Amino acid sequence: MTTFPIITLLIIAVITLGITAVALFLKNIIHCSILLAVSWVGIAAFYLWAGAEFVAFAQVLVYVGAVSMVVLFAVLLTQRKQLDLEKLTGTVGFRELGKLAAAMVATVLVIAIATTPLTGSFDAINEPVITVRDIGIQLRDNHIGALLIVGVLLTVALLGAVVVASAEPKTEE
Amino acid sequence: MTILHLCLIFSALLFSLGLAAALARSSGILVLLGIELMLNAANINFIAFWKFSPNPENGTGAMFAIFSIAVAAAEAAVGLALIIAIYRHQSSIRLQDANTLKG
Repeated sequence: MTTFPIITLLIIAVITLGITAVALFLKNIIHCSILLAVSWVGIAAFYLWAGAEFVAFAQVLVYVGAVSMVVLFAVLLTQRKQLDLEKLTGTVGFRELGKLAAAMVATVLVIAIATTPLTGSFDAINEPVITVRDIGIQLRDNHIGALLIVGVLLTVALLGAVVVASAEPKTEE
Repeated sequence: MTILHLCLIFSALLFSLGLAAALARSSGILVLLGIELMLNAANINFIAFWKFSPNPENGTGAMFAIFSIAVAAAEAAVGLALIIAIYRHQSSIRLQDANTLKG
């Protein structure tokens, strides 16, 4: 009973990490973004495993649906001429330094996590402990201010994105 | 080693992959995708701690993760708009080329 959730978690984690690692070191940006969409699906699977089904739906809608499309549009808009793919991967020194720094951060984090004694009950139950209805009621009752602020933030951010990205008219000169 | 440890290690490794992408790649879009991955790793921590908290029926962690996803979406939209603006000025999304403040 207790080994089954662990195996599921391990499968999800290995697949997600593998896809992400492959995605981030491919040269072709379009392949990268499509593979990253798959790894976001893996993260949504983790949320489903943890019983946070609404967060998983939000992850699929926002990341797999919206952000990956925006990324693909950005790739298409910025690749009009055939790009020199070798130029896009940075100098060798930068690449190696970046990977080294990330590996050091990973080592420190994993050692810190593995040596921390965590107490509490860890019976992994696959039942969703909070339903979509509960989340709706909580959003309406407790977090209504935060919900409105997030709505305003999204509106302002998207308007700002359109203003920044749209071509300005060539009136000067 | 409990299940919570495994969740946290999963999130730490995903964070490190995002960090490697943000530091080692020089295409602006891939740097932004690495930052998105780091945000996702933080969300995984929220969900993991919420799932193994004493009273998960409060739903606080799930609520925090939802708001965090919304803010990350806004950040992605603004970041990609900035990359398109950089491309219009420099005709390149290579971050080493974007070294002037005046376009």
